Amino acid sequence: MGAIAHFLGALGRQIIGLLAATGRIALFTGQTLGHVVRPPFYIKEFLQAVLNIGYFSLPVVGLTAIFTGGALALQIYAGGARFNAEAVVPQIVAIGIVRELGPVLVGLMIAARVTSSIAAEIATMKVTEQIDALVTLSTHPMKYLTVPRVVAATLVVPLLVAIGDVIGVLGGYAVATGTLDFNPATYIRNTVDFLEMRDITSSLIKGAVFGCLAALMGCYFGMNSTRGAQGVGRATKSSVEATAVLILAANFALTGIFFSI
Amino acid sequence: MIRLADVHKSFGSKRVLRGVDLFVERGTSMVIIGGSGTGKSVAIKTILGLVAPDAGTITVDGQETGTGDRDAFLARFGMLFQGAALFDSLPVWQNVAFRLLRGALKQPKDTARQIAIDKLRRVGLGADVADLYPAELSGGMQKRVGLARAIAAEPEIIFFDEPTTGLDPIMAGVINDLIREIVVEMGATAVTITHDMTSVRAIGDAVAMLHDGVIQWTGPVSQMDSCGDPYVDQFINGRAEGPIAAVR
Repeated sequence: MGAIAHFLGALGRQIIGLLAATGRIALFTGQTLGHVVRPPFYIKEFLQAVLNIGYFSLPVVGLTAIFTGGALALQIYAGGARFNAEAVVPQIVAIGIVRELGPVLVGLMIAARVTSSIAAEIATMKVTEQIDALVTLSTHPMKYLTVPRVVAATLVVPLLVAIGDVIGVLGGYAVATGTLDFNPATYIRNTVDFLEMRDITSSLIKGAVFGCLAALMGCYFGMNSTRGAQGVGRATKSSVEATAVLILAANFALTGIFFSI
Repeated sequence: MIRLADVHKSFGSKRVLRGVDLFVERGTSMVIIGGSGTGKSVAIKTILGLVAPDAGTITVDGQETGTGDRDAFLARFGMLFQGAALFDSLPVWQNVAFRLLRGALKQPKDTARQIAIDKLRRVGLGADVADLYPAELSGGMQKRVGLARAIAAEPEIIFFDEPTTGLDPIMAGVINDLIREIVVEMGATAVTITHDMTSVRAIGDAVAMLHDGVIQWTGPVSQMDSCGDPYVDQFINGRAEGPIAAVR
């Protein structure tokens, strides 16, 4: 009886902890959105965030996309050969990259590269009292640190997704035409003809949502880190874990919204 | 000018401030002393609103903190943090001129840079330091930059949190002298937190001893040695025996 009570107590604490964390994140999100529309706006910090999140993520996004597109072409060709459907490689690569793999992989790369960096930077600022210093200098930390990063990520990640989609499709094209004897012109025509506008729209909207989540989580865990190097490490790890899970969950939800009807 | 009345603050089950009463007169330099972890930093952070007190009132010029225009309130303060708290991503001059580059006190960039260089010069640093980043400076130089930032907007009230911690005795003496000179020159009200008795004597007009979450004794620095308070006596003489437990 005692063991059951102990188990239920521990379970209850976990659930309450999870709900409390969800509430805190929701509150943080609400506060961030509130600050997005109220001045002052820190344009320089926004442009810096655009550069860091967008431009400097291009290499990792490009490499991830090109290898994924190539591997996808090989897999679809090999799998399709089992029932004489090798010809669908362009269509499946296009739909797979644009609808799913492009936005999700870019989102996860952003989580690894940007969320971790934001969380570590802000957590270190907190540990070294730089956040307190901002307040004493009449600067709201959320406006100065969170808003520029969240807005920049929301606007820039869809562009990264678009670039990733194009490079991913080109990766499939390179493998298909280079090693699988596909006709280049036919491959491109099949790709373009098969894609619909909602494939592209959903890809870009997913990018915006994933970018927003990635920056928000980085800022949230950074701002709420505890003291010391261990606190910075925990904030960084938790931010990436939370972002990865939220991206995959949001992807499922958005896919349902866009394609279940 | 600054009055704390029965201020309480707890973190979880740890009661840090248990009814702090303190008055700092305009234009004086008050030094708060006390052992590590006794709540000295928490006390000044409650004044700035960085930490919300659980109970009690804090007033500056009779106006309760937390009421009125927060930006205007904070514009009256400058603060030197224990680790200087310089922004790693900004060059030195932008750290010093931070308040002058944005918000209500915004100045043209060239003017802000010139003011920053003047303030750096005031704390003994050359213009060549202006374009360096904080990570390129020694601990003593970072403290000086932090001091320059604290005085850049000519505040009425300046807080110094452990200004000499981590510095060698000579650099600590330089910082102490700078703080004293600047406070006198600006006519500012200063509150310094330290457990360095050399700093107390160099910087302070008045001293307050914080222990067990309350002010145990307060009075002029000149009376500190003969005050007869056993807590102050033990602390300033650095004795292991006395009412303050050596192991806390």
